[in-house]
This record gives sequence, structure tokens and C-alpha cells, in this order.
Amino acid sequence: MSDTWIEVCAADEIDEEDVIRFDHAGRTFAIYRSPEDTYHATDGLCTHEKIHLADGLVMDHIIECPKHNGRFDYKTGEAKGAPVCVDLRTYPVKVEGGTVFIGL
Amino acid sequence: MADFVIVGAGECGARAAFALREKGFDGTITLIGSETHLPYERPPLSKEALVAGAGPKLVADAERYAAAGIAVLSGRTVLEIDRAGRRVRLDDGTALPYDKLLLATGARPRTLPGMACGGRIAALRSHDDATRIRAHLVEGSHVAILGGGFIGLELAASACTLGASVTLIEGLPRVLSRGVPAEIAAIIASRHAAEGVEVLCGAKVAGIAERPGEVRLTLEDGRIVAASLLVVGIGAVPNTELAEAAGLAVDNGIAVDGLLCTSDPDILAAGDCTSYPLPLYGDRRVRLESWRNAQEQGQLAAANMLGGGEAHCAVPWFWSDQYDMTLQIAGLADGAAATVRRDLGEGAFLLFHLDAEGRLIAASGIGKGNAVARDIRLAEMLIAARRHPDPAALAAPETRLKTLLAA
Ligand SMILES: Cc1cc2nc3c(=O)[nH]c(=O)nc-3n(C[C@H](O)[C@H](O)[C@H](O)COP(=O)(O)OP(=O)(O)OC[C@H]3O[C@@H](n4cnc5c(N)ncnc54)[C@H](O)[C@@H]3O)c2cc1C
Ligand code: FES
Repeated sequence: MSDTWIEVCAADEIDEEDVIRFDHAGRTFAIYRSPEDTYHATDGLCTHEKIHLADGLVMDHIIECPKHNGRFDYKTGEAKGAPVCVDLRTYPVKVEGGTVFIGL
Repeated sequence: MADFVIVGAGECGARAAFALREKGFDGTITLIGSETHLPYERPPLSKEALVAGAGPKLVADAERYAAAGIAVLSGRTVLEIDRAGRRVRLDDGTALPYDKLLLATGARPRTLPGMACGGRIAALRSHDDATRIRAHLVEGSHVAILGGGFIGLELAASACTLGASVTLIEGLPRVLSRGVPAEIAAIIASRHAAEGVEVLCGAKVAGIAERPGEVRLTLEDGRIVAASLLVVGIGAVPNTELAEAAGLAVDNGIAVDGLLCTSDPDILAAGDCTSYPLPLYGDRRVRLESWRNAQEQGQLAAANMLGGGEAHCAVPWFWSDQYDMTLQIAGLADGAAATVRRDLGEGAFLLFHLDAEGRLIAASGIGKGNAVARDIRLAEMLIAARRHPDPAALAAPETRLKTLLAA
């Protein structure tokens, strides 16, 4: 797999157990920082209706959609039940020199 | 092998059917619904799907029912429950045996006394209703909407977006008087006015007459509203007749206990058709008409049909979309002794409702897009945990509500 690493933001710009929105080349992503201080990335829009997940709530390793509370595991992208049934795509993330990168 | 039958193929019935399989049930599941479509989501009917003229947004496609081994009988109505014989009788004359029965019959629009829908008078509950209404929502047409509840207001916003002009008539002094704080209802009403909707509050209808090409409403103050279509949005009544005829207890909905059991232990009921005790509010009996409630109760009913013994202990939650604004409400605000406001910027704000002891019992918020969603969700968790949060912390937008939850 030939990932291109794209710079997202400084690692401390995302709070612990939180998410930010990241737009790049006409696409939108959600970038997460877990309570264990690991970083993760998924597609930015909910698979139920096209809603930005970055407005949602991160609890542990779950992102909850702000619109109808659909839940995904942001580490694996797995949809955790109604109303969402289609998984989220995930992307590799690395942190180097205090900067977060997403692999596209 | 056990036979489980679900009457009512809406949000609740469909979720219950899938949940039974997810929980490992290996008997037969038959989901029976009067409508000819597979189960679909109703909220889009007054919102984006109405504007787009989209087809029904299915809860699941036919393949998923087939894969899960769920038999869906569409366009079939259950006429009778034979409790002694443990069978339901359908309108095609067939009878189906059941070991456990779930009633998820939903609700239907309340109608004006002596006035059926048809011609230029409509109500909005089903996809077919939406299709009929949409045919009238064209540039330059005029729709009259009776009732300033959620469905009437969402429909007004969608009609406006499609270029129709709208008169909305509400009998009470303000819109959304049930369950929505006046401060938020006022914002919604003024937005409608700014978009050109004529909102007439405190207006009583004296007469309705259909004439060639129009429907005419005469108001008690003598004003006449002529429209190409009248949509009646004055609430919903639960579909309880089937249960009542079978001798089950009914009290503003099919009366169930905390486990969603009716007065017959082999018959459960869930969703818009039921009333049940809410533990968080002193076991007050309520009937909720909300999408998430239909889902949660469908899932809970499935667990309890399998003998799970799980009690319903959720926080009521509801949302509404109008123009680019979203309103969300968690909990039940009546009985609140104090209200605390939290401003989030760009006009978005939340109201927290506390009881006399300072316990958080509800939160309502409105803003553009999903501006209030995260805080409402956290408020919901505080409500569920029966917390007494510090009002000053609630009011301060820089205090993260998550920290209050951890406290
Ligand atoms: C236009 C509209 C907009 C809405 N917007 C929102 C919103 O923004 N937010 C929100 O939280 N909620 C909203 N709701 C409410 C939400 O859609 C309902 O709470 C939900 O649909 C309830 O699901 P249910 O399965 O209990 O009942 P229903 O969806 O009413 O389904 C019941 C089904 O059972 C069938 N049935 C009844 N009796 C029989 C019988 N004897 N035999 C066979 N079939 C039978 C009915 O035909 C129906 O298809 C909206 C509702 C409408 C109508
Ligand atoms: S849009 Fe995400 S759950 Fe509906």
C-alpha cells in the first residue's frame, strides 16, 4: 500500500477523548485522540445520513453521531448497531515530532 | 421451534425483528404491516425526503430481511388477536400461531371531527401521504397547515423551501406548546415568519369547505384562508383497537409495564402505540412519539420476548429539523423549578431544566446544524445519572459538560 502522509495538525490541537474535522482535497475526515492518547482517522461523514461526525461525542473508543446517535468504533470503523449498519472506512495515522499525519 | 409474530412493520417492529436474530433467536419471525412498503423511516417524510421527492428510506432492504430469515408480510392487516388460541387473524383470512406476540402498531394522525382526509385535506404519517402532499407543493401554490406542532412546522419549512406559500394556523397562543420551552418556540416561530410563513397563533377554525380548485378555512375572527391543500397536523392517536378488542389494558396507549409486557405476559407492546412507566420520572406513565424511543423499545421488546427481563430506563430524546436549524430535547421538562441557559455562540444555546432539588431533569437546545448535539447528549447522560450539577457550571460554555459527568 502506498500511503501518502498528509499533515493534519499539531498533536495537542486535539483534546484527549475528542475529535476534530479535517478536510483535504475535496474529502472530509474525522481525526480522533483516544483516552489512551492514540490517534485514529475515519471518513468524516456518518454512513446513515451524510453528517459530520466531528460534531459528535467521543466516549472511550466510540464516536457517536450528533444527528441520531449512531455509534461507531473509531479504531476499527465498525458500526455498532441501529440506526447505522454500514461501517466507516478507517485510515492509518502517525504522530511524528508532535504532528499528526493521515495516510491516504 | 418458537413462533414470534410482530404486528406493525414500522421503525419499532423492524428493529425488534432484527434484534431477535442478533440475540440468537432461531424460531420463526413474521413481521406484518398494513403498508405496502417495507419498513421505512418516518422522520424524513416532513424534512429532506419531502423536499427531494425521494422514495422511502428503508430501515433495511429486502435482502437483509431474507438473510436474517424474517418473513415480512406487507400490505396485510391483523384484524384480531385470539389470545386463548394464541393466534392472530389477518385480513386475507389466514391465521398465524404465536408463542410471543409484539404489538408495534404505532399511531395515526388525529383527524378533525367529522372530517376525513381525502380531496384537498391531508395528514402526514406515511410515505404515500407525503407523495400526495408533495404534488401540491409547487412554486406559487398555497398550503394551509393546521397545527403548530413538529410535523406542521417541519412541513411548513419544507413547503417554503419548495416555493409554496404557507399559512400555519395554531389554536394555542404559541407554537410547540407541548414539551418545548417558550424561549425556543419563539425562535422557531420568528424564523418561520422571516422565511415568509404566515403563522397565526390563537386562531380557531370555524369552518372548512372544499370548493373546486381550493379548500377554504374560515377562522373565528372572520378571516378566510383559501389554499390548494390543507394539511391537518394536530397530533396522533395510538393504534390500540386491536389490543383493546383482545381485552388488553389500554391507558393512553397499550399499557405496558417496565418490561414492555401488556396485561397478557405473552404479548408485548412497544413504540408509539404504548404507554409505560418512566423510572427516571417517578414511574410516571407516558406515551412517547419518538424515533429513538421506537428503536430502543423495539430492541428491548426483543430481549424480553426472549425472557431477558430488562427494564426500560431510557431518557426521552427527540429532535426536529427546520431550515438549517436543529432542535434537540432530552428528558421531560415539566415540573422544572429552575432553568439555566448556556450560550454556545452563533445563536446556539441550551436550556437546562432542574427540579426543586436541583436535579437535572431535561435539556433543550437549538442551533444551526448540530451545534447543540454534543451538549444535549452529555446532558442526557447527566439526566440518566440523576445528577445535581452546579448551575453556574452548566451556564458557563467553557466548562466541558464531560467534566461534570466525571465529577
Ligand atoms: C412526518 C413525521 C416526522 C417525524 N419526525 C420525527 C423526528 O424528527 N424526530 C423523532 O424523534 N421522531 C419523529 N417522528 C416520529 C417517529 O417517526 C415515530 O415515533 C416512529 O415512526 C414510531 O415508530 P413505530 O414503529 O412505533 O410506529 P409507526 O412508525 O407508526 O409504525 C407502525 C406500523 O404498524 C402498522 N399497523 C398498525 N396496525 C396494524 C395492524 N393491525 N396490522 C398490520 N399493521 C399495522 C402501521 O400501518 C404502521 O406502518 C416523525 C413522525 C412523522 C410521521
Ligand atoms: S446521520 Fe448519523 S446516525 Fe443518522
